[in-house]
Amino acid sequence: MNLLILLIPVAMGLGLLGLGAFLWSLKSGQYEDPDGAAERILHDDESKPL
Amino acid sequence: MEPYCAVHAEGLMAMSCCGGGDFATTAADSRADDAFRREVFAHAGHTLSNGDIKFVFSVPTIHCGACISTIEHALTPLPGVKSARVNLSLKRLNIVLEPDAEILAIDDELKTLGFPATPVDLGDLSQLEHDQQSSKLLKALAVAGFAAGNIMLLSVSVWSGADGPTRDLFHFISALIAIPVVAYSGQVFFRSAFGALRHGRLNMDVPISLAVSLALAMSLFETFNGGSEAYFDAAVTLLFFLLIGRYLDQRMRDRARNSVVSLSKLAAKGANCITSDGQLVYTPIDEVKPGMQLRVFPGDRVPVDGSVMRGTSDLDRSLVTGESELVPVMKGYTIEAGTLNVTGALDLIVKKEADQSFLSEVMRMLEAAENGRGAYVRIADRMARIYAPAVHLLALFAFIGWMFVTGGDWYVSLTIAIAVLIVTCPCALGLAVPVVHVVGATKLFQNGILMRDGSALERLAETSRVVFDKTGTLTMGTPAVVGCDGFEGRAKATGLSMAKVLARHSAHPASKSISRFLAQETDSELDTIREVPGFGVEGRMDGKTVRLGRADWVNEIAGASEQPLQLEGVAFAVEQQNPCHFFLDETLRQDAVVAVSLLQREGKRIEILSGDSETPVRKIAKLLGIDDIRFGETPKSKFARIQDLQASKDKVLMVGDGINDAPSLAAGHASIAPATAADVGRQASDFVFTRDSLMAIPFALMIAKRAGQIIRQNFGLAILYNCIAVPLALCGYITPLVAAIAMSASSIVVVTNSLRLLRTQIEAPEKVSLTKIKPTQKLRLAKA
Repeated sequence: MNLLILLIPVAMGLGLLGLGAFLWSLKSGQYEDPDGAAERILHDDESKPL
Repeated sequence: MEPYCAVHAEGLMAMSCCGGGDFATTAADSRADDAFRREVFAHAGHTLSNGDIKFVFSVPTIHCGACISTIEHALTPLPGVKSARVNLSLKRLNIVLEPDAEILAIDDELKTLGFPATPVDLGDLSQLEHDQQSSKLLKALAVAGFAAGNIMLLSVSVWSGADGPTRDLFHFISALIAIPVVAYSGQVFFRSAFGALRHGRLNMDVPISLAVSLALAMSLFETFNGGSEAYFDAAVTLLFFLLIGRYLDQRMRDRARNSVVSLSKLAAKGANCITSDGQLVYTPIDEVKPGMQLRVFPGDRVPVDGSVMRGTSDLDRSLVTGESELVPVMKGYTIEAGTLNVTGALDLIVKKEADQSFLSEVMRMLEAAENGRGAYVRIADRMARIYAPAVHLLALFAFIGWMFVTGGDWYVSLTIAIAVLIVTCPCALGLAVPVVHVVGATKLFQNGILMRDGSALERLAETSRVVFDKTGTLTMGTPAVVGCDGFEGRAKATGLSMAKVLARHSAHPASKSISRFLAQETDSELDTIREVPGFGVEGRMDGKTVRLGRADWVNEIAGASEQPLQLEGVAFAVEQQNPCHFFLDETLRQDAVVAVSLLQREGKRIEILSGDSETPVRKIAKLLGIDDIRFGETPKSKFARIQDLQASKDKVLMVGDGINDAPSLAAGHASIAPATAADVGRQASDFVFTRDSLMAIPFALMIAKRAGQIIRQNFGLAILYNCIAVPLALCGYITPLVAAIAMSASSIVVVTNSLRLLRTQIEAPEKVSLTKIKPTQKLRLAKA
C-alpha cells in the first residue's frame, strides 16, 4: 500500500510529462513540415535548426 | 538555371505546359511598373505585432531537400530578411521581413533561382482559423489518449482483484482524471450533439455524448458509494477512439484544401487604373467602377468586363469559352473578365463593376450548384439516421424492461442501459469510415490525385455517366505542331533555327509549341526581335526582315510564290523569299484512348460536352470512340445539361477544366479537374489530378469502388459485433471489463479491415498495360 502511494504519482507524473512534451512539440510547430524535416537532417551546413 | 533534381526538372516542364503560371512569370519580367507589383504584395503581406511583415508564398516547383537549401541560402542574406523558411510538405515559403525591406528583391531572386512564386493571401484563405481547428482536435486527442492510458492502468488493477479501500482509491483517482478530460476532449461531440438537438435532429454525436456523460455520472455515483463497477475507462477510451476518427477526417480535408490552394492563384484582386494625369494606380477590384480606365499588361487577366480603347493584343479566352485558340483584339472590342491578355498592353474602359461581370455570373451559377450538392448525405450519416434512434430506443427498452424485471431497481436498470449505450458505440461509423477515406486519399495522392473530402469518394463510386469537356481535358490545352512545309534545301537549317529564335521570344501558345517542336535546332543570331501584338514576331537577319506569325501578315514581306498562298496555320518567311508554314493541331491528352476505353469497359456511358465547334469535336470523339457528343455549348447550357442528366437519375461524373465548366463541375454528382484548370474550376471539383495522363480518372474510380466495398464490409462487421454484444448487454453480462475488451476489439477489427485498402493492388495509372484493351481499341490507339 505504501508503495502505491509512491508509484501512482510517479505513473501520473510520467504520463503528464509525455503529454506536456507532446503539446509542446505541437505548439512549437514540429508537425508543420514533416517532409522538410526529413530532408533538412541531411544538410550538413552551419545554419541552426529552428 | 539548371534544375536541381530530376523531379524538379519535371516540375518545370509541367509548368511550361500550363499557361497560367508560365505567363505570370514572363509578364512580371516584362512589366516595367514595379509600383504595381509592390501594391499586389502589400495586399498579400501580414503585419506581425512587432511591425515585421510576414509573407507566405506558394512555390509549386519545390520538390526536394536541395530546393530547400537553395532557396533559404539565397534569401536569408538579402537585406531586411529576418527569416526565410521553406515548408516542403505544403510547398510554401514563409518569409518574415523588416518593415522597410524590399519585397520585390525577394520575388526577383526567387525567379532567378527558377522558383516562380505566388504570394498567398492569408486573410483570403482564412487559413489560420482552419489550422487552429485541426490542432485543437489534436490537443483533445492527446489529452484523451493520456487519460485513457492512465485510467486503463488503474482499471486493470481493479479487474485483477484490487478491492476494498484500494479499489475505492483507484476509482477516485480515475474520477479525478476522467472529469476534466471528458469536459475538455468531449467538447467536440457535446457541441455537435447540442447543435443537432436544438434543431430537432439526431446525429451520431447524440448517443456518443449521452453514453459518455451517463457513464461518467454513473461511475461517479459508484465511486462515492464504494461500489465495485466504474466505467471511467470505457468513457475515456470511447472518446479517444472517436477523436482519432474525427482528427483523421479533419486532417484529410486540410491537406486537400492546402494542395488545391497552393496551385497558383489566377483571379485578379485588383486593377491598374489610369488616372486623369496618366499615372497608373493599383486599385482593389471592389473599387473599380464603370467609366474608369484600366491598363492590362500582357500576361495579366482582364479584371472586369470592358471595351478596348487603345492597343492591340491577342486574348486567351480559354477559361471563358474552353477554347485555347487566341483571339486578336483591337480598339472597340468588348472583352470579358477572366480572359488572359497575352501579347500586348491594352487600355480598357470599364463597362461593368466586378460583381456584375461575366465571371461573377458564372460564380453565381456555381454557388447555386454547390448548394444543391450540399444535399448529399454521406453513407456514415445515412447509417447514423437509422443507428442513433435505434440505439436510444434499445437503451430505453433495456432500462424499462429491467425496471419491470427487478421490480423497480433503477440502479441495476440504469447500469444495464448505460452498458448498452457503451457497447453499441459507433466505432465502425466514427472511426472506420474516416480511416478508409484517409487511406483512399493517400493512395490517390501518391498517384497525383488530390481529393477534397471523404464524401467525394462515395459519390464517385456511384456515378454511371462520365461527361468530358474537350479542350484542356481530353486534349492538352495548347495545340502542338504536327508538321511543317516550305523549308527546303540549303535554307532549311537556317530557316528552322531563325523560326526557333523568333518563337522563343513570344508567349503566344503557338510560338511555344513551335519552339518545343524545334527544340533540337541550333540558335541563330537575329537582331531587333520584337513582338507585334495580334500578328506575330519580327526580327532582322543580315539586313532582311524575318517574320513568324499570322499568314497574311507574313505574306506581306514574302516573295511572290508560284504556289497559292496559304492563309491557315502559322507562317514564317524571310523578306523576299517563299513563305513556310507550321501546322498546329490539338493533341490528345496522354492515355486518353486507354482511359476512355477502360471507362467504357466499366459500363460508364461517356459523353463530350464542348464549347468548340462541330468539326474538331467530331474528330476527337471519333479518335476516342465516343458517340454521344454535344458542341457549341455555353456555360449555361452545359450546366443545364448536367442538371437534366442528374434529374433523370443519371449520376454524372463531370471532367472539365475551364471557368465555363465550373458550374457543371459543381452540379455533377462528382467532378474531376486537371491541375491546369482555371482556379474556379479546381475549387468547384472534388478531385484534381496533377499529372498529364487521363488514367487518373479510371484509377480514382477503382479506388472509390474499393473504398465503398470496404466501408460496407465494416458496417457488416459492426452489425455482426452488435448482434453478439447487444444481447449480452441486455442480459446484464457486460461488466466494465467486458465492455472495454469488446469496444477495443471491435475498433481494432474495423480499422485493420480499413487498412486493407492500402494493400489493395490496384495498378497505378502509368502501369496499366495495353494488353487489357480489346484489339479494336488498340487499332484506334495506333491511329491516335
